[in-house]
Amino acid sequence: MTLVDGAIVVLRVVVPALILPALVIPLVWVERRVAAFIQDRPGPNRVGPFGLLQSPADIIKLFTKEDVVPAATDKFLFLLAPSLAVFAALSTFAVVPYGPTIRVAGKVIPMVGADVSVGLLYVFAITSLSVYAIVLAGWSSNDKFSLLGGIRSSAQIISYELAMTTAAAGVVLAAGSFRLTDIVAMQEGTFRLLPVVPRWNFFPQVIGFIVFFVSAFAETNRLPFDLPEAEAELVAGYHTEYSAMRFGSYFLAEYINVIVASAMTATLYFGGWSLPGFHPEGWLGGLLGLLIFAAKTAFFVLVFIWVRWTLPRFRYDQLMRLGWKTLLPLSLANLLWVALLAIWRTSR
Amino acid sequence: MEAALRAAAGTMSDDKISQAEKDEAAYFAERAKAAAARAAEASAVTGTPPTLFDVQEMELNFGPQHPSTHGVLRIVLKVDGEKILEAKPDVGYLHRGTEKLFETETYPMGVPHTDRMDYVAAATNNHAYCLTIEKLLAVEVPRRAQLIRVILDELQRLSSHLVWLGTSGIDLGAVTPFWYAFREREQILDFFEEYCGARLTLNCMRIGGLPFDLTPGWTERVAEFVDDLPARIDEYEQLLTDNRIWKKRTVGIGVISGEECIEWGLTGPVIRASGVEWDLRRAQPYECYEELDFVVPTRQNGDTYDRYIVRVQEMRQSVRIVRQCLERLEPGEIRGKVPRVIKPVAEEVYASVESPKGELGFYCVSNGSNKPYRMHVRPPSFINLQALPRLAKGHLVSDLVALIGTIDIVLGEVDR
Repeated sequence: MTLVDGAIVVLRVVVPALILPALVIPLVWVERRVAAFIQDRPGPNRVGPFGLLQSPADIIKLFTKEDVVPAATDKFLFLLAPSLAVFAALSTFAVVPYGPTIRVAGKVIPMVGADVSVGLLYVFAITSLSVYAIVLAGWSSNDKFSLLGGIRSSAQIISYELAMTTAAAGVVLAAGSFRLTDIVAMQEGTFRLLPVVPRWNFFPQVIGFIVFFVSAFAETNRLPFDLPEAEAELVAGYHTEYSAMRFGSYFLAEYINVIVASAMTATLYFGGWSLPGFHPEGWLGGLLGLLIFAAKTAFFVLVFIWVRWTLPRFRYDQLMRLGWKTLLPLSLANLLWVALLAIWRTSR
Repeated sequence: MEAALRAAAGTMSDDKISQAEKDEAAYFAERAKAAAARAAEASAVTGTPPTLFDVQEMELNFGPQHPSTHGVLRIVLKVDGEKILEAKPDVGYLHRGTEKLFETETYPMGVPHTDRMDYVAAATNNHAYCLTIEKLLAVEVPRRAQLIRVILDELQRLSSHLVWLGTSGIDLGAVTPFWYAFREREQILDFFEEYCGARLTLNCMRIGGLPFDLTPGWTERVAEFVDDLPARIDEYEQLLTDNRIWKKRTVGIGVISGEECIEWGLTGPVIRASGVEWDLRRAQPYECYEELDFVVPTRQNGDTYDRYIVRVQEMRQSVRIVRQCLERLEPGEIRGKVPRVIKPVAEEVYASVESPKGELGFYCVSNGSNKPYRMHVRPPSFINLQALPRLAKGHLVSDLVALIGTIDIVLGEVDR
């Protein structure tokens, strides 16, 4: 391996991992401004142009605040939990293809952190890990409200993860592979029978998409499923006892999760970086693919924000009921439908 | 906690352990011993060893520092998981001895104290106080003052219900209605500011009438606002009324029957949502309410959703009342014939108004001096709060915040 190859690997693996947390800064600003727009008020507009420097100012504030660790906590787990949250959020993105495979100067560069053959399984494994960050924070804080938040979180994960995985199984069945680059490749072009419609999984698997996207809200702990946090009920839920940047890292993780969940939705159901009639060539093609992927992701991020500021919160027994009695049967029906489609396709 | 337990086991060297940690260790050791004793006792009674599925009660201090207690209320909860076995409201954190303060000052000086009771609805407090003293003095309030009082009351009812709508929405995670409601409330506060200079602690009524006449153009601006308001109320309803999550969180939560409401002495929107048409503006009309055309909205189910609907419909009725009063306004006196020094005869009177929260009454005992001998307040928030343990029992912690919101308490009035 030459130095250039090494540099390329660093570029495609390390840079996204650094850009992702950096993206949170504008994302927080977008969330606040969109929320303000929805709520008929100006939003942050004083610090820097259009209030753009508000989020950096807040982050500086979080870093410089005193990091209080209450006396009666389990110190090791209390300090570990926030980093676990950020770790889980960041490492999920490693397998998501954010652009096409391009050839520049005779080198093949796949625009993905790691093209793992079990990519989708990896994603679910790592996102499941993120619940530990919440449960451990809730338990180690030695605070009753935090504990309730942690319990809610574990109740939540068993109710939606099954439905989410089953919905995604439909995508795997359609693509015949767990590899996310294969899943994107399979969605390139248009349907044979309807040449104007892109071959996105969204169209045959609209039910699967709905189940997946609803579960994604629970995955990211956003309203209407922000039960572990539920500030009106549990003060601040699992992060009640956290302060300074440890508190901030839960927010960092939440926003990274929003980006990753949107990216996953775009990848699994909306063709990732691909677009019908778009055949990437050279570095320009790579850049275009990246932009398409970013646009699709941004769309779902906006949907996340929009929903958060529109809906009230579920109660946690209601979320469990929704997960087991509605989402799971729907995702199973979706799986059956995709299986029938696959049989029909192979029998022709 | 682990450090504390380790300290209890004596595995840490003494110089590293502070006194606080030692105390804590002792506390936890005692708790663990007590829990073991309880478990042993329970298994001795039932004859079965303790299992994983036994009810494990946890005591949870909900407040006084909690975002959803609408002030400084503490509720001591006994919970099994999240299910509420028992809820005990603990009031008094905001007690300022208002009733005693009335005794130390002359009658006119009592009005500002009433502002500090239900601080989101100061006008109705002023009104109830003035009404009581006027009854004591047998003073007639001029018609123009009556109409303006009713306008102020109804604007105050609107603003109080807007605060309720916004905050109870936030309790259930719906943040956006809060901003819409406060946008309109801001306009109402502007009207108050223009009228009497204050936005919250209004002090906007005097015994026998009003302190000021209306400023020029005030009526037109208020008319414009109330014409605009029904469309704004539609906006809030669009976000909540038919929202399935909102319904899931409110329908069937905290059901209370009309008979029970009467037994508990509950008033206001709470009793009206349980099917009892009891509104003092209708039942015991004061000022000019008798001649006004409005409906007392009632619902039958007595749950959180119905209380929401009743309050929203009340807002629409308030708009009607304000409109009618504005039409009837004519130039005239704004203060009745009140002696310069108020020295009523020795008597006991009770007068009450329909405040946004329910029946707000003042019971005044006069001994013929220029100060009340005793003043008692019947605060609707305090009396409605009694029902909370009954409403909350068997529901989840998440529902508790909905219930605190739905009985619409203001702690300034609960504690006085």
